[in-house]
Amino acid sequence: MSWLIAILQTMLFATLAPLLAGWLKWCKCRLQNRKAPSLFQPYRDLIKLTNKQPVVAGHASWLFTIAPYIIFSATVLAATVVPLIAVDLPTSASADVIVMVGFFAFARFFLALAGLDIGTAFGGMGSSREMTISSLAEPAMLMAIFTLTMTASTTNLSVAISHVLNEGLVLRPSFVFALFALILVAVAETGRVPVDNPATHLELTMIHEAMILEYSGRHLALIEWASQLKLMLYGVLIANIFFPWGIAETFNLKTLGYGLLAIMGKLAVLAIFLAVSETLVAKMRLFRVQEYLGFAYLLGLLGMLSHIILETSR
Amino acid sequence: MILLLAYGAVLLSFASGLLALMMNQRQMLLDLCQYWYKKFPDRHKFGRSIFENALKERRYPHLLRQVVFVLLGLSGIFAALAGVSVMLGQEIITDQIGLGLPWLPWHVRFDSLSGFFYLIIGIAVTAVSLYGPGYVHAYDESQHPFAVLGLFTGLFVSGMLLVLLADDAFFFMIAWELMSVASYFLVAFQHENPANRRAAFLYLLMAEVGALAIILGFGVLASFADGFTFDALREAKLSTTWASIAFALALLGFGMKAGVVPIHVWLPEAHPVAPSHISALMSGVMLKVALYGLIRFCYDLIGAVQWQWGVVLLIVGTISALGGVLYAMMQTNLKRLLAYSSVENIGIIFMVLGLSMIFMANGHPQLAALGLLAALFHAFNHALFKNLLFLGAGIIQHQTHELNIDLMGGLIKRMPQTSKLFLVGCMSISSLPLFNGFVSEWLAFQTALQVDILDNGVLRSLIPVSAAALALTAALAAACFVNVFGMIFLGQARSRHSEKAHEVKEKGMLAGSALLAGLCFFIGIFPGVIIHLINSVAGQLLGQTLPNDTALGWLWLAPVSSEQASYSPPLVLIAALIAAGISFWYLRRNPATVMRRAEPWDCGFGGLTSRMQYSSSAFTMPLRRIFAGAWIIEEQIGKEMQGAMNQDVATIRYQLQIQDHSWSRLYQPIAQGVNKLAKQVGRIQTGNIRVYLGYSFVTLLFMLWVIS
Repeated sequence: MSWLIAILQTMLFATLAPLLAGWLKWCKCRLQNRKAPSLFQPYRDLIKLTNKQPVVAGHASWLFTIAPYIIFSATVLAATVVPLIAVDLPTSASADVIVMVGFFAFARFFLALAGLDIGTAFGGMGSSREMTISSLAEPAMLMAIFTLTMTASTTNLSVAISHVLNEGLVLRPSFVFALFALILVAVAETGRVPVDNPATHLELTMIHEAMILEYSGRHLALIEWASQLKLMLYGVLIANIFFPWGIAETFNLKTLGYGLLAIMGKLAVLAIFLAVSETLVAKMRLFRVQEYLGFAYLLGLLGMLSHIILETSR
Repeated sequence: MILLLAYGAVLLSFASGLLALMMNQRQMLLDLCQYWYKKFPDRHKFGRSIFENALKERRYPHLLRQVVFVLLGLSGIFAALAGVSVMLGQEIITDQIGLGLPWLPWHVRFDSLSGFFYLIIGIAVTAVSLYGPGYVHAYDESQHPFAVLGLFTGLFVSGMLLVLLADDAFFFMIAWELMSVASYFLVAFQHENPANRRAAFLYLLMAEVGALAIILGFGVLASFADGFTFDALREAKLSTTWASIAFALALLGFGMKAGVVPIHVWLPEAHPVAPSHISALMSGVMLKVALYGLIRFCYDLIGAVQWQWGVVLLIVGTISALGGVLYAMMQTNLKRLLAYSSVENIGIIFMVLGLSMIFMANGHPQLAALGLLAALFHAFNHALFKNLLFLGAGIIQHQTHELNIDLMGGLIKRMPQTSKLFLVGCMSISSLPLFNGFVSEWLAFQTALQVDILDNGVLRSLIPVSAAALALTAALAAACFVNVFGMIFLGQARSRHSEKAHEVKEKGMLAGSALLAGLCFFIGIFPGVIIHLINSVAGQLLGQTLPNDTALGWLWLAPVSSEQASYSPPLVLIAALIAAGISFWYLRRNPATVMRRAEPWDCGFGGLTSRMQYSSSAFTMPLRRIFAGAWIIEEQIGKEMQGAMNQDVATIRYQLQIQDHSWSRLYQPIAQGVNKLAKQVGRIQTGNIRVYLGYSFVTLLFMLWVIS
């Protein structure tokens, strides 16, 4: 039963991800006084791409063609770890939050390699920048996560979320710091404004788009889907760790339904925040990113220190 | 029986070294054969005729090489078997050998800790012996005689094995010196190049300084004990100060061999110049022997560990890990890069070992066992993947005659097997899930996260920061190895050599690497196998094992408790296969969407050339700019202008030199200081015999005054 729910939850993750992307786009369009595409446009794009014949560069190697499958599966695996509508599922025991970060690293490793495979200048540029930003983001992210895991004294996400639920609404300074750190990292890791702009293909600024420039057809669909999934994963992580209320702790139709509604509501609100910030903030210069991520790390560190100094009863 | 296997491993490697000497003694052996034939015409006729034929055979050098490496391989297998069986049996075997000075027999002790490192050496040596015959084939016999290489390889391996067996300080130092000196000759093997001689001398110098520190460390212990056997040293009762002095000396001595920052400088010089399979052994295994020494010295001989030592190890390890990976990233010489990456990994091991000491000293032996487990597991993993990468580098050098990664490219199509094996190595070292490097890093994080149990507030905030540094190290290592793999294997060839390269013909070279790659993957999926073995080490050394390692069954890894953290690589692998399989099957079912190949988009300028790709210095440029303070960077861009307004760029010369801070900050001041001191001393050396006689006279008077 619980395995079934775990599999269903993962599928739900995958199917809802394009919807979140559509909603985000819709909000942004509205905020920028543009006519918005349908909420379901990302689904149509994905279906269109899968029905197209992929065109691959003549001297691309096998790595280039299998990388999209690896990237997609690694992201799906990360999705199995994060509780979406219910906690206490068996899949979250098979891998904890550090493994989840590892899955992201796995996907990124192959994405960066695929960017280098064709031998165009853009691919290399994208890979180089992606690896730079992610290597700075990873310590900040782990610092924020360590704050949480030390409070709950577990790295198992499901157990940690239950812990936060059982504690009730307690205002912890460490959590506030960790929340902001994680938001900053999430923006950087999912390639949103101000770190990267997913909407343009401007040579000098693009990061993620530069790596996938050579992809088309189903390969592109998989990578796009994976990045939508990654956005949703970070959203769920933020929503469910810091505001876990509503998530199902027992498995019956009612609680699961509430869980689904709750997470959809939370994600919708988060997406509005993201859309507003993307409308207000301009993209940064590339060499300002380290200051941005340094700030995120500092927030994580402050969270950790305030946990150690203020919250541990000794 | 186990001890016999252990001795057998030593003797076999010794024999392989001696046998290699016969390469040059062919004529003498033939004469000897003739002589025996005349003297005893009818004894051992059959065996002798085979022997004689083998000697006369044209392929004698080839055969001899094979035999030497077979012996070495057998030695590796024996070592691995001995190691595994002593760990499974959880025995402590002691013995005495009546070698050396008559009143000082060599004491031998073979326990789980030695056994674990025996296993590491065994696996590495087996892989190298598969790889070796194909690799050494390329050497010109007149310039680089195989006899020298084979002899010192054998001595080197037997030296390392003997260090692990030693149970008294004398024997330990003899074996240690055998290992150091033999490896010096291996580093100096291609001595026609002055840079290589310089690297070898630097290596010898630092090895000897390190050995002095170790001797002094043993001396401190021995001054509180009666005798130099490890049993006596264990009994020694040291005050905290003296114990700390002994620890500092041991850290200096063993750290110099292990290559922690800032005493790592010999490593990036010596490793690239040695033959690749030797660099694999030095980097993958010899550094681990130094680690063994440190663990033996601190946990076993000194015994009572102080938490301050743990903090020192933690800080030294963090600096080494970050420094190692940052320096590694900037290298373009593949083997230098791998050497720096060894510094990084040794740093990680030291960090976790430091955590283990902190927990041990604070009275949490179970967490100390977890830390020791993570450290030893990472040592094992590093031996596997670093060996694999060095062997891969050897294959690439063998096929392209090139070590500069900025001159390679596109080898994935010309060397398909090598590229796959190398990819496994890169993934393991970047600590990606499903491979072995990830498991040990995961355990390291788990150890660091148990910090809440400590009482000391400073420690509780220091350790998470070092854990974040570990995360940064891992992420930078991933960036570094994306760069390495991308530059070597992907894109288009950047030089004629790599354009013409083809897959290596000798199957043995691939088999040796494949053995290691397979183990990397297998251990990544079933880490329980090794954890079970290390648990017996922790049991003997700390008197404490991990209680919960099998609580959830063999599928799971739950070092502390299943609530706190668990990881199940087999389940992850199955899930990954399902996800990849479904997407693969679903997306490729339609025959109308078969992949089409076309020219890549070149912006309409016609023809992408290999010069348009990112090079490795371009790839690492953002990080070079962000962490600019970590190196001494000399960057020169020379432009030549032409055209009407002198505004068109005709040519550009770009030069980039990146140096290690430790040379200018640490070593050059020392060298200058020594020189100055020598000059001061030189003043009293006038060269005049009367003055010298005066010195003697004054000294004599002074001595008489002291005595009376």
